[in-house]
Amino acid sequence: MAEFTLPKNSKVKKGTAHPKPDGATNTRTFSVYRYDPDTESNPQLDSYEVDMDTCGPMVLDALLKIKDEMDATLTLRRSCREGICGSCAMNIDGRNTLACLKPIDECKKDVKVYPLPHLPVVKDLVPDVNHIYAQLTSIEPWMKADTAPPPNGERKQSPEERAKLDGLWECILCFCCTTSCPSYWWNGDRYLGPAVLLQAARWINDSRDEATGERLDQLEDPFRLYRCHTIMNCTNACPKGLNPAKAIADIKTKMVERLG
Amino acid sequence: MTTNTTSLRSALGHARGLGSAKEGTHHWWLQRVTAIALVPLTMWLVASIIALSGFGHEAFVVWFGRPVNATLMILFLGVAFHHAQLGMQVFIEDYVSHHGMRTALNLLVKFACYGLATLSIVSILTIAFGA
Repeated sequence: MAEFTLPKNSKVKKGTAHPKPDGATNTRTFSVYRYDPDTESNPQLDSYEVDMDTCGPMVLDALLKIKDEMDATLTLRRSCREGICGSCAMNIDGRNTLACLKPIDECKKDVKVYPLPHLPVVKDLVPDVNHIYAQLTSIEPWMKADTAPPPNGERKQSPEERAKLDGLWECILCFCCTTSCPSYWWNGDRYLGPAVLLQAARWINDSRDEATGERLDQLEDPFRLYRCHTIMNCTNACPKGLNPAKAIADIKTKMVERLG
Repeated sequence: MTTNTTSLRSALGHARGLGSAKEGTHHWWLQRVTAIALVPLTMWLVASIIALSGFGHEAFVVWFGRPVNATLMILFLGVAFHHAQLGMQVFIEDYVSHHGMRTALNLLVKFACYGLATLSIVSILTIAFGA
Protein backbone atom coordinates (compact mmCIF):
# COMPACT_ATOMS: atom_id res chain seq x y z
CA MET A 1 0.00 0.00 0.00
CA ALA A 2 0.91 3.63 -0.34
CA GLU A 3 2.72 4.86 2.76
CA PHE A 4 0.84 7.55 4.64
CA THR A 5 3.03 7.74 7.73
CA LEU A 6 6.79 7.92 8.11
CA PRO A 7 8.62 4.69 8.94
CA LYS A 8 9.75 4.49 12.58
CA ASN A 9 13.37 5.37 11.86
CA SER A 10 12.34 8.38 9.73
CA LYS A 11 10.21 10.14 12.35
CA VAL A 12 11.64 13.62 12.95
CA LYS A 13 12.69 14.38 16.52
CA LYS A 14 13.36 17.68 18.26
CA GLY A 15 16.98 18.69 17.72
CA THR A 16 19.56 21.13 19.00
CA ALA A 17 18.76 24.80 19.47
CA HIS A 18 21.53 27.12 18.32
CA PRO A 19 21.11 30.50 20.11
CA LYS A 20 21.51 33.90 18.48
CA PRO A 21 25.02 35.32 18.22
CA ASP A 22 26.06 37.83 20.89
CA GLY A 23 24.78 41.32 20.23
CA ALA A 24 22.29 40.33 17.52
CA THR A 25 19.05 42.26 17.84
CA ASN A 26 17.20 41.40 14.63
CA THR A 27 17.00 37.60 14.34
CA ARG A 28 14.91 34.95 12.55
CA THR A 29 14.64 31.30 13.57
CA PHE A 30 15.37 28.65 10.95
CA SER A 31 14.26 25.10 11.75
CA VAL A 32 16.32 22.77 9.61
CA TYR A 33 15.91 19.03 9.01
CA ARG A 34 19.07 17.19 9.98
CA TYR A 35 19.89 13.57 9.23
CA ASP A 36 23.26 11.91 9.57
CA PRO A 37 23.55 8.49 7.89
CA ASP A 38 26.64 7.69 9.99
CA THR A 39 24.65 7.53 13.23
CA GLU A 40 21.78 5.22 14.12
CA SER A 41 19.64 8.13 15.30
CA ASN A 42 16.44 9.46 13.73
CA PRO A 43 16.36 12.72 11.79
CA GLN A 44 15.96 15.83 13.93
CA LEU A 45 14.86 19.43 13.53
CA ASP A 46 17.64 21.79 14.62
CA SER A 47 16.86 25.45 15.16
CA TYR A 48 19.19 28.34 14.39
CA GLU A 49 18.68 31.95 15.37
CA VAL A 50 20.23 33.90 12.53
CA ASP A 51 21.27 37.54 12.75
CA MET A 52 19.27 39.15 9.92
CA ASP A 53 21.27 42.40 10.01
CA THR A 54 24.28 40.60 8.57
CA CYS A 55 22.40 38.11 6.34
CA GLY A 56 21.45 38.25 2.67
CA PRO A 57 17.79 38.33 1.62
CA MET A 58 17.29 34.75 0.42
CA VAL A 59 16.86 31.50 2.35
CA LEU A 60 20.06 30.20 0.73
CA ASP A 61 21.95 33.17 2.18
CA ALA A 62 20.72 32.19 5.65
CA LEU A 63 21.59 28.51 5.17
CA LEU A 64 25.11 29.38 4.01
CA LYS A 65 25.48 31.81 6.92
CA ILE A 66 24.48 28.98 9.28
CA LYS A 67 27.02 26.67 7.65
CA ASP A 68 29.78 29.30 7.68
CA GLU A 69 29.23 30.80 11.11
CA MET A 70 27.07 28.56 13.31
CA ASP A 71 27.26 24.88 12.33
CA ALA A 72 29.70 23.65 9.70
CA THR A 73 28.13 20.17 9.71
CA LEU A 74 24.99 21.36 7.87
CA THR A 75 24.95 19.72 4.44
CA LEU A 76 23.17 21.09 1.38
CA ARG A 77 23.56 21.30 -2.38
CA ARG A 78 23.98 24.70 -3.98
CA SER A 79 25.89 26.18 -6.85
CA CYS A 80 24.75 29.15 -8.93
CA ARG A 81 22.70 31.06 -6.31
CA GLU A 82 20.55 32.54 -9.10
CA GLY A 83 17.95 29.91 -10.03
CA ILE A 84 19.75 28.39 -13.01
CA CYS A 85 21.44 25.24 -11.70
CA GLY A 86 18.55 23.72 -9.71
CA SER A 87 20.85 22.39 -6.99
CA CYS A 88 19.31 24.07 -3.93
CA ALA A 89 15.79 22.67 -4.41
CA MET A 90 14.27 21.94 -1.01
CA ASN A 91 11.06 22.23 0.94
CA ILE A 92 10.92 25.69 2.52
CA ASP A 93 7.97 26.92 4.56
CA GLY A 94 5.97 23.90 3.36
CA ARG A 95 6.60 24.36 -0.36
CA ASN A 96 9.16 22.91 -2.73
CA THR A 97 11.25 25.70 -4.17
CA LEU A 98 14.79 26.92 -4.75
CA ALA A 99 16.45 28.29 -1.63
CA CYS A 100 18.31 30.86 -3.75
CA LEU A 101 15.07 32.33 -5.17
CA LYS A 102 13.02 32.24 -1.97
CA PRO A 103 13.10 35.55 -0.05
CA ILE A 104 13.20 35.08 3.73
CA ASP A 105 10.61 37.89 4.01
CA GLU A 106 8.05 35.72 2.23
CA CYS A 107 8.34 32.94 4.84
CA LYS A 108 6.40 32.59 8.07
CA LYS A 109 8.17 33.76 11.25
CA ASP A 110 9.83 30.38 11.97
CA VAL A 111 11.34 29.28 8.64
CA LYS A 112 11.08 25.49 8.26
CA VAL A 113 13.56 23.88 5.87
CA TYR A 114 13.28 20.22 4.82
CA PRO A 115 14.76 18.21 1.95
CA LEU A 116 12.54 17.55 -1.10
CA PRO A 117 9.72 15.25 0.03
CA HIS A 118 9.48 11.49 -0.39
CA LEU A 119 12.99 10.85 -1.66
CA PRO A 120 15.63 8.86 0.21
CA VAL A 121 17.79 11.34 2.17
CA VAL A 122 21.56 11.14 1.71
CA LYS A 123 22.32 13.68 4.45
CA ASP A 124 20.48 16.72 5.89
CA LEU A 125 19.01 18.62 2.92
CA VAL A 126 20.53 16.38 0.24
CA PRO A 127 18.06 13.92 -1.31
CA ASP A 128 18.97 10.93 -3.49
CA VAL A 129 17.83 11.82 -7.02
CA ASN A 130 19.54 8.92 -8.82
CA HIS A 131 16.24 7.28 -9.76
CA ILE A 132 14.82 10.50 -11.25
CA TYR A 133 18.00 11.01 -13.30
CA ALA A 134 17.70 7.40 -14.51
CA GLN A 135 14.08 8.06 -15.47
CA LEU A 136 15.26 11.13 -17.39
CA THR A 137 17.84 9.01 -19.23
CA SER A 138 15.12 6.43 -19.98
CA ILE A 139 13.14 8.92 -22.12
CA GLU A 140 16.31 9.53 -24.20
CA PRO A 141 16.34 13.33 -24.02
CA TRP A 142 18.40 13.95 -27.12
CA MET A 143 17.78 14.55 -30.83
CA LYS A 144 16.86 11.41 -32.75
CA ALA A 145 16.76 11.74 -36.53
CA ASP A 146 17.40 9.34 -39.42
CA THR A 147 17.70 12.16 -41.94
CA ALA A 148 21.28 13.35 -42.12
CA PRO A 149 21.77 16.97 -41.11
CA PRO A 150 22.19 19.40 -44.04
CA PRO A 151 25.77 19.90 -45.28
CA ASN A 152 26.14 23.10 -43.27
CA GLY A 153 25.48 21.00 -40.18
CA GLU A 154 22.40 22.83 -38.93
CA ARG A 155 18.88 21.43 -38.73
CA LYS A 156 16.51 24.28 -39.54
CA GLN A 157 13.39 25.16 -37.60
CA SER A 158 10.83 27.87 -38.36
CA PRO A 159 10.16 30.52 -35.69
CA GLU A 160 6.70 28.94 -35.16
CA GLU A 161 8.24 25.48 -34.68
CA ARG A 162 10.80 26.89 -32.28
CA ALA A 163 8.05 28.65 -30.33
CA LYS A 164 6.55 25.24 -29.49
CA LEU A 165 9.58 24.57 -27.28
CA ASP A 166 9.00 27.65 -25.14
CA GLY A 167 7.89 26.71 -21.65
CA LEU A 168 9.71 23.38 -22.04
CA TRP A 169 13.40 24.13 -22.61
CA GLU A 170 13.62 26.40 -19.57
CA CYS A 171 13.37 23.50 -17.09
CA ILE A 172 16.46 23.33 -14.86
CA LEU A 173 15.72 19.82 -13.50
CA CYS A 174 15.47 20.85 -9.86
CA PHE A 175 12.63 18.28 -9.38
CA CYS A 176 10.55 20.59 -7.16
CA CYS A 177 7.57 19.52 -9.29
CA THR A 178 8.23 15.78 -9.33
CA THR A 179 8.65 15.62 -5.56
CA SER A 180 5.50 17.70 -4.97
CA CYS A 181 3.34 15.19 -6.88
CA PRO A 182 1.34 12.70 -4.76
CA SER A 183 1.19 10.32 -7.72
CA TYR A 184 4.97 10.36 -7.77
CA TRP A 185 5.08 9.79 -4.01
CA TRP A 186 2.93 6.65 -4.29
CA ASN A 187 4.20 5.25 -7.58
CA GLY A 188 7.55 6.95 -8.23
CA ASP A 189 9.29 3.71 -9.12
CA ARG A 190 7.21 3.50 -12.34
CA TYR A 191 5.51 6.89 -12.84
CA LEU A 192 7.94 9.22 -14.61
CA GLY A 193 6.75 12.35 -12.80
CA PRO A 194 6.18 15.88 -14.12
CA ALA A 195 9.81 16.95 -14.67
CA VAL A 196 10.70 13.92 -16.80
CA LEU A 197 7.39 14.07 -18.70
CA LEU A 198 8.00 17.78 -19.41
CA GLN A 199 11.36 16.79 -20.91
CA ALA A 200 9.63 14.07 -22.94
CA ALA A 201 7.21 16.73 -24.23
CA ARG A 202 10.18 18.96 -25.09
CA TRP A 203 11.43 16.29 -27.54
CA ILE A 204 7.98 15.22 -28.75
CA ASN A 205 7.28 18.87 -29.70
CA ASP A 206 10.64 19.39 -31.41
CA SER A 207 10.05 19.67 -35.17
CA ARG A 208 13.61 18.44 -35.88
CA ASP A 209 13.15 15.18 -33.97
CA GLU A 210 11.99 12.19 -36.04
CA ALA A 211 11.22 9.75 -33.22
CA THR A 212 7.92 11.28 -32.06
CA GLY A 213 5.91 8.07 -32.47
CA GLU A 214 8.59 5.97 -30.82
CA ARG A 215 8.66 8.42 -27.90
CA LEU A 216 4.87 8.23 -27.53
CA ASP A 217 5.09 4.40 -27.66
CA GLN A 218 7.57 4.45 -24.78
CA LEU A 219 5.29 6.68 -22.69
CA GLU A 220 2.02 4.87 -23.38
CA ASP A 221 1.71 3.06 -20.09
CA PRO A 222 -0.74 3.15 -17.17
CA PHE A 223 2.12 3.98 -14.81
CA ARG A 224 4.74 5.91 -16.80
CA LEU A 225 2.26 8.53 -18.04
CA TYR A 226 -1.28 7.90 -16.85
CA ARG A 227 -0.57 8.18 -13.12
CA CYS A 228 -0.91 11.92 -13.78
CA HIS A 229 -4.37 12.92 -12.54
CA THR A 230 -3.98 16.67 -13.17
CA ILE A 231 -3.42 17.36 -9.48
CA MET A 232 -1.44 20.47 -10.55
CA ASN A 233 0.98 20.50 -7.61
CA CYS A 234 3.75 20.44 -10.23
CA THR A 235 2.67 23.71 -11.83
CA ASN A 236 2.16 25.24 -8.39
CA ALA A 237 5.63 24.21 -7.23
CA CYS A 238 7.72 25.15 -10.29
CA PRO A 239 10.13 27.93 -9.22
CA LYS A 240 10.65 28.81 -12.90
CA GLY A 241 6.94 29.36 -13.56
CA LEU A 242 6.65 26.47 -16.02
CA ASN A 243 3.54 24.33 -16.49
CA PRO A 244 4.40 20.60 -16.46
CA ALA A 245 0.69 19.71 -16.10
CA LYS A 246 0.00 21.33 -19.47
CA ALA A 247 2.96 19.53 -21.06
CA ILE A 248 1.57 16.21 -19.79
CA ALA A 249 -1.92 17.10 -21.07
CA ASP A 250 -0.33 17.80 -24.49
CA ILE A 251 1.22 14.31 -24.48
CA LYS A 252 -2.15 12.75 -23.61
CA THR A 253 -3.82 14.72 -26.41
CA LYS A 254 -1.27 13.42 -28.91
CA MET A 255 -1.91 9.86 -27.66
CA VAL A 256 -5.61 10.26 -28.49
CA GLU A 257 -4.87 12.14 -31.71
CA ARG A 258 -2.94 9.25 -33.20
CA LEU A 259 -5.81 6.82 -32.55
CA GLY A 260 -7.99 8.27 -35.27
CA MET B 1 9.05 6.08 -3.68
CA THR B 2 10.54 2.82 -2.55
CA THR B 3 14.21 2.01 -3.00
CA ASN B 4 15.42 -1.54 -3.08
CA THR B 5 18.71 -1.31 -1.23
CA THR B 6 19.62 -4.95 -1.75
CA SER B 7 19.47 -4.84 -5.58
CA LEU B 8 22.66 -4.25 -7.53
CA ARG B 9 20.76 -3.49 -10.73
CA SER B 10 21.70 -0.19 -12.36
CA ALA B 11 19.43 2.81 -11.82
CA LEU B 12 18.64 2.93 -15.55
CA GLY B 13 17.77 -0.78 -15.63
CA HIS B 14 15.43 -0.23 -12.69
CA ALA B 15 13.85 2.85 -14.30
CA ARG B 16 13.25 1.04 -17.61
CA GLY B 17 11.79 -1.90 -15.70
CA LEU B 18 9.58 -4.15 -17.80
CA GLY B 19 9.16 -1.49 -20.48
CA SER B 20 6.07 0.30 -21.70
CA ALA B 21 2.73 -1.57 -21.50
CA LYS B 22 1.73 0.22 -24.77
CA GLU B 23 -1.74 0.80 -23.38
CA GLY B 24 -3.56 3.16 -21.07
CA THR B 25 -4.82 5.65 -23.64
CA HIS B 26 -7.98 3.65 -24.29
CA HIS B 27 -8.74 3.53 -20.56
CA TRP B 28 -8.04 7.26 -20.11
CA TRP B 29 -10.13 8.22 -23.14
CA LEU B 30 -13.09 6.01 -22.17
CA GLN B 31 -13.11 7.51 -18.67
CA ARG B 32 -13.61 10.94 -20.26
CA VAL B 33 -16.16 9.73 -22.80
CA THR B 34 -18.28 8.01 -20.11
CA ALA B 35 -18.00 11.11 -17.89
CA ILE B 36 -19.33 13.34 -20.69
CA ALA B 37 -22.12 10.87 -21.49
CA LEU B 38 -23.14 10.82 -17.83
CA VAL B 39 -23.78 14.58 -17.74
CA PRO B 40 -27.03 14.57 -19.82
CA LEU B 41 -28.01 11.09 -18.62
CA THR B 42 -27.74 12.06 -14.96
CA MET B 43 -29.63 15.32 -15.53
CA TRP B 44 -32.40 13.35 -17.28
CA LEU B 45 -32.54 10.80 -14.44
CA VAL B 46 -32.62 13.38 -11.63
CA ALA B 47 -35.31 15.44 -13.44
CA SER B 48 -37.37 12.27 -14.02
CA ILE B 49 -37.14 11.15 -10.40
CA ILE B 50 -38.17 14.62 -9.18
CA ALA B 51 -41.10 14.62 -11.62
CA LEU B 52 -42.16 11.15 -10.46
CA SER B 53 -41.66 11.70 -6.74
CA GLY B 54 -44.75 11.02 -4.70
CA PHE B 55 -46.43 8.90 -7.38
CA GLY B 56 -45.49 5.53 -5.89
CA HIS B 57 -44.26 2.20 -7.25
CA GLU B 58 -46.98 1.81 -9.87
CA ALA B 59 -46.09 5.07 -11.62
CA PHE B 60 -42.39 4.11 -11.80
CA VAL B 61 -43.24 0.73 -13.38
CA VAL B 62 -45.41 2.37 -16.04
CA TRP B 63 -42.74 5.02 -16.65
CA PHE B 64 -39.95 2.40 -17.09
CA GLY B 65 -42.23 0.54 -19.50
CA ARG B 66 -41.95 3.31 -22.09
CA PRO B 67 -39.24 2.53 -24.73
CA VAL B 68 -37.49 5.93 -24.50
CA ASN B 69 -37.29 5.79 -20.69
CA ALA B 70 -36.14 2.16 -20.69
CA THR B 71 -33.47 2.94 -23.32
CA LEU B 72 -32.14 5.99 -21.46
CA MET B 73 -32.15 4.11 -18.15
CA ILE B 74 -30.24 1.17 -19.64
CA LEU B 75 -27.73 3.62 -21.16
CA PHE B 76 -27.36 5.36 -17.79
CA LEU B 77 -26.77 2.08 -15.96
CA GLY B 78 -24.29 0.72 -18.51
CA VAL B 79 -22.31 3.96 -18.70
CA ALA B 80 -22.41 4.60 -14.93
CA PHE B 81 -21.15 1.13 -14.00
CA HIS B 82 -18.46 1.27 -16.70
CA HIS B 83 -17.35 4.69 -15.45
CA ALA B 84 -17.32 3.40 -11.86
CA GLN B 85 -15.16 0.44 -12.84
CA LEU B 86 -12.69 2.64 -14.74
CA GLY B 87 -12.49 5.06 -11.80
CA MET B 88 -12.02 2.35 -9.19
CA GLN B 89 -9.24 0.85 -11.31
CA VAL B 90 -7.35 4.17 -11.23
CA PHE B 91 -7.84 4.39 -7.47
CA ILE B 92 -6.59 0.83 -6.91
CA GLU B 93 -3.57 1.32 -9.19
CA ASP B 94 -2.70 4.52 -7.32
CA TYR B 95 -2.80 3.14 -3.81
CA VAL B 96 -2.26 -0.64 -3.91
CA SER B 97 1.36 -1.36 -4.78
CA HIS B 98 1.35 -5.13 -4.23
CA HIS B 99 0.85 -6.61 -7.72
CA GLY B 100 -1.16 -9.65 -6.67
CA MET B 101 -3.45 -7.63 -4.41
CA ARG B 102 -3.88 -4.98 -7.13
CA THR B 103 -4.89 -7.58 -9.73
CA ALA B 104 -7.28 -9.31 -7.34
CA LEU B 105 -9.00 -6.07 -6.33
CA ASN B 106 -9.29 -4.92 -9.96
CA LEU B 107 -10.90 -8.23 -10.95
CA LEU B 108 -13.27 -8.05 -7.97
CA VAL B 109 -14.37 -4.53 -8.95
CA LYS B 110 -14.82 -5.60 -12.59
CA PHE B 111 -16.96 -8.60 -11.66
CA ALA B 112 -19.03 -6.51 -9.24
CA CYS B 113 -19.57 -3.62 -11.67
CA TYR B 114 -20.40 -5.73 -14.72
CA GLY B 115 -22.53 -8.14 -12.63
CA LEU B 116 -24.53 -5.31 -11.08
CA ALA B 117 -24.85 -3.58 -14.47
CA THR B 118 -26.24 -6.74 -16.06
CA LEU B 119 -28.63 -7.35 -13.16
CA SER B 120 -30.00 -3.82 -13.26
CA ILE B 121 -30.32 -3.79 -17.08
CA VAL B 122 -32.15 -7.15 -17.05
CA SER B 123 -34.47 -5.69 -14.38
CA ILE B 124 -35.33 -2.74 -16.61
CA LEU B 125 -35.90 -5.06 -19.59
CA THR B 126 -38.15 -7.27 -17.46
CA ILE B 127 -40.30 -4.23 -16.62
CA ALA B 128 -40.16 -2.90 -20.20
CA PHE B 129 -41.30 -6.16 -21.73
CA GLY B 130 -43.86 -6.67 -18.97
CA ALA B 131 -42.66 -10.14 -18.01
